Amino acid sequence: MAGEAAIINTAARASLWLQPHRIVLILIALGLVLSAAFFMRWDWLPQYWEMGLMGIWRALWILAVTCALGFLIAVPVGLAQAAGSIWVAAPAKVFCTIIRGTPLLLQLWLLYYGLGSLFPQYPWIRDSWMWPYLRQAWPYGVLALTLSFAGYEGEVMRGAFAGVPKGQLEAARAFGMSRWKIFRRIWLPQAFYRALPTLTGEAVLQLKSTPLVATISVIDIFAVAGKVRQDTYLTYEPLLLLALIYMAITGILVLALSRIEARIPVKVG
Amino acid sequence: MSAVEAAAVRSGKAQDGAAEAIHVENLHKKFGQLHVLKGVSLSARDGEVIAIIGGSGSGKSTLLRCINCLENPTSGIIRVNGEEIKLRADSHGHTVPADRRQIERIRSKLGMVFQNFNLWSHMTLIENVIEVPVHVLGVKRDEAIAQAEKLLARVGLAEKRDVYPAYLSGGQQQRAAIARALAINPRVMLFDEPTSALDPELVGEVLKVIGDLAREGRTMVLVTHEMKFAREVATHVVYLYNGLVEEEGPPEQIFGAPKSERLKQFIRNIG
Repeated sequence: MAGEAAIINTAARASLWLQPHRIVLILIALGLVLSAAFFMRWDWLPQYWEMGLMGIWRALWILAVTCALGFLIAVPVGLAQAAGSIWVAAPAKVFCTIIRGTPLLLQLWLLYYGLGSLFPQYPWIRDSWMWPYLRQAWPYGVLALTLSFAGYEGEVMRGAFAGVPKGQLEAARAFGMSRWKIFRRIWLPQAFYRALPTLTGEAVLQLKSTPLVATISVIDIFAVAGKVRQDTYLTYEPLLLLALIYMAITGILVLALSRIEARIPVKVG
Repeated sequence: MSAVEAAAVRSGKAQDGAAEAIHVENLHKKFGQLHVLKGVSLSARDGEVIAIIGGSGSGKSTLLRCINCLENPTSGIIRVNGEEIKLRADSHGHTVPADRRQIERIRSKLGMVFQNFNLWSHMTLIENVIEVPVHVLGVKRDEAIAQAEKLLARVGLAEKRDVYPAYLSGGQQQRAAIARALAINPRVMLFDEPTSALDPELVGEVLKVIGDLAREGRTMVLVTHEMKFAREVATHVVYLYNGLVEEEGPPEQIFGAPKSERLKQFIRNIG
């Protein structure tokens, strides 16, 4: 009985959802996809799909690593501005202002073509264990994207830390919590929940900043599309597929993060 | 403790032998140029309920908040459980606790209840109540939960254990805050105007919980505007005026036969 009811329920909900205007839109979308499939050239796909998957994987891990590292830096940067003395607040502020005030592409090139070209001049760097990494391009891409995320998120976290009600921190103090415990148990979790909706947006923006690493010879999915274009003289096909891939990743990202957001039933503040 | 004993404690007969839980001596507090406390002394023996009353700006909340150094006193002596809080001057000339460990240990024996509840909004009620026992006092989690459930039941919130504070009324939040303070098994309960932020119809439920605590002989220091309630539960009433103790004594004397002209006027205005 229960199963039957569930099926009826699902069917009823589906029929509610499938309204005429939605059906028309679905048909138009199907038509577009089919015409793209039949009237455009996709014969290059078997040759490049492996490279494409590698590119997607690379874009994804660059996104994940730079968001995670960037957030780890953003926490002290935000805290320094929200509660630190002038000696830590001012450098943090300067960092955020510089990162947010200059184009990411410029930062990336300054690191890669600037800093990256300085390193080989020092023999002790070339002899160190870091050299195998420093001579590659991706560490500079990861560094630039991490710093960029940290700069924007540092500002977000500053507001989030400052927005936690003082009374709740005072209550923690009144019950004998140490400073570190107050930070770990009360202040940081609440600041994080406050910042989460903004963090979702920033993560999506970060995804769309990752193609910039293609300009310093890191082969992500964007660079693969460029290579297809060069090899086959096809313009639209690889770029359209690229757009579809980014949209799919964005959709998954937003869905996953909104799941996390929904798990916090707190009206903070 | 039996009802008779509790009554004896309340009437002051058992107090002379009881240990002094809180001792404040010649306390001064300045906020910049503003001299809020001008040499206040206060004592709470085990089982006593001290009510601090006074007009706004008289320094009564500041006095309470100095006891656990939420406000650092400018000068004076504070002893909790016979242990004097060590104070020192910092680089700006402000007085601050000298020993962080000591002040944290002392604070964890004082159950504070705030005017604005200050429950942690990212935790459910049960999480609020077990937070300090588990993460400060080192109680095992399942023991803490069992105790917290009893305490929530006691303040009438057993079925709200998994609810977040934002979904509760002010009265419910304040009762949960009292359960949170009781969970540390405090030597003394400190109440800072616990009903001042509540809608009038919610005051009663909170006063009932506090009254029950008083009747079972718990040591409490209570800053309040509820004169009827203070008269009912307090063993000793302190009237503050302009940063000084203007008059103090048993509630019958303070409310029944006040000596000071200011206190007479205060009671007339408020009653």
